[in-house]
Amino acid sequence: MSGTFVGMPAFPEAARAALADTQLRHNLAHATTTIRNKRARVVGEVEGWEDLRLTGAAIKENALRDLERNLLALEASLQANGATVHWANDAAEANAIVARIARSHDVDEVVKVKSMATAEIGLNEALEAEGIAAWETDLAELIVQLGEDLPSHILVPAIHRNRAEIREIFLRRMAGAGRPAPEALTDEPAELAAAARLHLREKFLRAKVAVSGANFAVAETGTLVVVESEGNGRMCLTLPEVLVSVVGIEKVLASWQDLDTMMRLLPRSSTGERMNPYTSTWSGVTPGDGPQEVHVVLLDNGRTRALADEVGRQALRCIRCSACLNVCPVYERVGGHAYGSVYPGPIGAILNPLMKGTGVDEQTDSLPYASSLCGACFEVCPVRIDIPEVLVHLRGKVVDGHRGDTVPKAEAVAMRATAWAFSDSRRLALAERASGLAGRVLGRVGRATLPGGRAAAGRIPGPGAGWTGARDLPAPPRESFRGWWQRTKGGRS
Amino acid sequence: MVTCVNDAMFPETGKAVVTLLRRLGVDVDFPTDQTCCAQPMVNTGYLDEAVPVVRTFVDAFAGYDAIVTPSGSCAGSARHQHSIVARRAGDPALAAAVERTAPKVYELSEFLVDVLGVSDVGAYFPHKVTYHPTCHSLRMLGVGDRPRRLLENVRGLRLAELPAAEECCGFGGTFAVKNADTSVAMGSDKARHVRETGAEVVVAGDNSCLMHIGGVLSRQRAGVRVMHLAEILAATEDSPTGHAPATSPATTPTTSREQL
Repeated sequence: MSGTFVGMPAFPEAARAALADTQLRHNLAHATTTIRNKRARVVGEVEGWEDLRLTGAAIKENALRDLERNLLALEASLQANGATVHWANDAAEANAIVARIARSHDVDEVVKVKSMATAEIGLNEALEAEGIAAWETDLAELIVQLGEDLPSHILVPAIHRNRAEIREIFLRRMAGAGRPAPEALTDEPAELAAAARLHLREKFLRAKVAVSGANFAVAETGTLVVVESEGNGRMCLTLPEVLVSVVGIEKVLASWQDLDTMMRLLPRSSTGERMNPYTSTWSGVTPGDGPQEVHVVLLDNGRTRALADEVGRQALRCIRCSACLNVCPVYERVGGHAYGSVYPGPIGAILNPLMKGTGVDEQTDSLPYASSLCGACFEVCPVRIDIPEVLVHLRGKVVDGHRGDTVPKAEAVAMRATAWAFSDSRRLALAERASGLAGRVLGRVGRATLPGGRAAAGRIPGPGAGWTGARDLPAPPRESFRGWWQRTKGGRS
Repeated sequence: MVTCVNDAMFPETGKAVVTLLRRLGVDVDFPTDQTCCAQPMVNTGYLDEAVPVVRTFVDAFAGYDAIVTPSGSCAGSARHQHSIVARRAGDPALAAAVERTAPKVYELSEFLVDVLGVSDVGAYFPHKVTYHPTCHSLRMLGVGDRPRRLLENVRGLRLAELPAAEECCGFGGTFAVKNADTSVAMGSDKARHVRETGAEVVVAGDNSCLMHIGGVLSRQRAGVRVMHLAEILAATEDSPTGHAPATSPATTPTTSREQL
């Protein structure tokens, strides 16, 4: 029904393929620039935004520090409100719980609210294996699902598609999933939205079971919160008889008051809106109103592993706003698929290794290196996750995982040699003299001259190819600074 | 701190810093025991390997009033990463030494504007220039508009606004080779923006970023030169290249020892 990230290559290889897609590059640059500028505008309006970020970070940090107590309080309030609480250690447990609930109502389909947690655990595929169709109702998720595609952004999962592609998908695939698209469908956004509305409405009215995630879970009142823009989520949350919500354990907030700060941070950071269009909150079962059977699945799936990492645990503060994706120069060029996860971009580059663990597979280990460490992500993060700090920390864990290798990687050999030379200035001076000699050779054979007159190397084979494939390299100077300083006695002779 | 990249690849930048600081009356020394700030190891994940390099750093620079470096990235590494390396080493003496050196590290524009209190360094550079604020100087150190203020006071210099200036050029240390394709894609966009300005020279405070941007520009035969901020600030009517004179000009040295 939808694609899967299983078997994705490591980031550099996946990125190479994405970079070659010029349409993708254009779509992404346009979309991320638009949303980035919109965010900057509305954040700029808020006096004391930096204080609000500090408050947001502190609220999430406190909630995580007292995670056990907050979760037990949440469970107690939910139960008092008539909800059934389930605990799931991993994806398989969570999927089995949702499937069991659906089966107990004899349904062969469920409607879904856009949810990162259910995408993370592959719920749709798990339900499909049980003969239950899971219909995505968020417009972008619908496009991804109908296109048998993969999401490439947390907030706007079909960001890599343009409207002409969406029209194609609707015309070809809607009929197989329910009400077909009108034959005369054009690529006008209003027409595309109308086609989706008619297609989805049948499902909203028919479905007995809905599945959602939650943006926040308030412990003191047992309230789940879903923040969305379309109203389709609210349809799912109010029309069906049964509602199952899969909620990561890091979503818990201690109090209703904490939610206030989050609701001021999230819309401006994510969609660049001052206020969120559809905010749904529900506290268990309300007799005679909305779903009369309410389940909450509290999901770990690697979150306690992340929590145990002293530096990395701050990633659990994430409220999935996507501001880091929209501002990331790497994401802007390669898109979300290259990260091989439903969590792409800078946050994905730390969240995936933190939740799955380093040293498990090459793809996950490549993610902490998928960044130039420019720091733009930290600057925009509403809960102040120092993503560059965590990236560097995780690179250390990746390297440490290979310290026992019998045959060290070429990179490790090079790093050790460099560190050896850098540990003593006399060794470095020798290396510089050698590079000065190399410079004389390069200066003679170098094909290019840089503006200013300096000789440069063009394409060179071997380990230098990574640099010189598309960049000239200045030839090393004949004399290092150190050599000059010593020869001229500090420039005085 | 001249930095390993400048020492081995861009000695003219180091010489320009010497010239500039001496012109402003600073007593400049280059402790020859210095090597590298250890950032290449730290940022690639080789923390154990970084320990002896940081040790060399704190030994070489002990006892100076200020450690000035023509690199936002290396200054950031010394100020923010050395303590992480010391913690990793589990060596309280190293941690204490880091606590002494780290606060004395200044990126060149910070030292000029904040410590010396000058924004007009008496430079002359009659060219059209565009300025790329490097990520670590901008976001790790927060140098703000200091480099711009210095450039705006250079006689003859015409400063052209760089579009999307604050976006990373794509260098990123070992990122430039580990993720070469993405790095080049970012560098190409930076180069395009540089060309849009019509500037003759693109200036920045980090030669590693400039090596990347300049490498892309050169391959594109763009005819745009890259120059370190120090070399422009060192240039005067008398010494257009700005490279170190044989002797120090007759200025009154300060009593403090500032270290390169």
